[in-house]
Amino acid sequence: MMSALFLEFFKIGLFALGGGMVTVPFLFELSDKYSWFSSQELVDMIAIAESSPGPIGVNMATYAGFKTSGILGGLVATFGLVLPSLIIIILIAKVLEKYKDSDFFKRLMYAIHPAVIALILNAGTEIGKLVLINTWAISICILFWGAIHFIKLHPILYIILGGIIGIALKL
Amino acid sequence: MLFDLFWSFFKVGLFTFGGGYAMIPLLQAELVERKKWLEEKEIMDYYSIGQCTPGIIAVNVSTFTGYKLAGIKGAVFATLGIVTPSIIIILSIAKTINLFIDNTYMEHAFNGIRIVVIALIFDVIIKMWQKNIKTKIQMLIFIISLLIALWFSASPVWVVIGAAFVGLLLTRK
Repeated sequence: MMSALFLEFFKIGLFALGGGMVTVPFLFELSDKYSWFSSQELVDMIAIAESSPGPIGVNMATYAGFKTSGILGGLVATFGLVLPSLIIIILIAKVLEKYKDSDFFKRLMYAIHPAVIALILNAGTEIGKLVLINTWAISICILFWGAIHFIKLHPILYIILGGIIGIALKL
Repeated sequence: MLFDLFWSFFKVGLFTFGGGYAMIPLLQAELVERKKWLEEKEIMDYYSIGQCTPGIIAVNVSTFTGYKLAGIKGAVFATLGIVTPSIIIILSIAKTINLFIDNTYMEHAFNGIRIVVIALIFDVIIKMWQKNIKTKIQMLIFIISLLIALWFSASPVWVVIGAAFVGLLLTRK
């Protein structure tokens, strides 16, 4: 059971490319293949993973593992998920150490950086469409942006403040 | 150093609400501005590579940073740091999770937090733009990537790979 859980999440860590939500189709497959959790439970899992702190993909793995076989399951699934990243990134980082000052790498990043900024903007816009739904939300967002831009406090403080304001204004 | 790394990534993990993009403002504040462990450009490099290598972006970026600062041990400690808050929180609320989902206070708090996360991301985008988009070629790559992401909801992986090819062609000597 534990080795199956580990292997399945190792596979997800190896083949899921990109943001946290890309693990979702893999988890649907798991709900089909095993009786670990139902697809209905999976929908709840997504809601939880999105609304608790931490990267969504990691939250999904921990919760799915917990559903399957308790606390140990949560640990095993999370470990399985991150192990491929750990191995692959360490290998890439070793290679990068050698070539990071090369002309080729600089040219590569010269082109990739603008694309990545576009992708982040796209992600921000997607979330923005869901969250900035009325003039209230938009004005609060602009006020926060002003504060963030001109009074440079740690983002953690703004995030906490956002939570408090959300409760105070019943957003 | 190892504990410092763990603790910095623990904080980032604890306050990341959303996908990997939501961690960028935190990484910049913590690793570039506060600890001065990395340069802004390096975070961009790691994020770019983390986006098109297997695995969760947030984990990839953590592993990268940890390795750069303290080798393999550093990679392990940074990765442990980023996942530990998730493990603690999810495992401790898992049984009573419905209390949290249906709790109206939590909902209001999260709605407030999401607004802040958007403001933080847009601020970071402005900073990144100023530092990284300097030529017409880069501007062109930015616009085309954005349009492709918006219209075709293409996977980020293909956008990055496509940009790499176009860039290498255009900067050929």
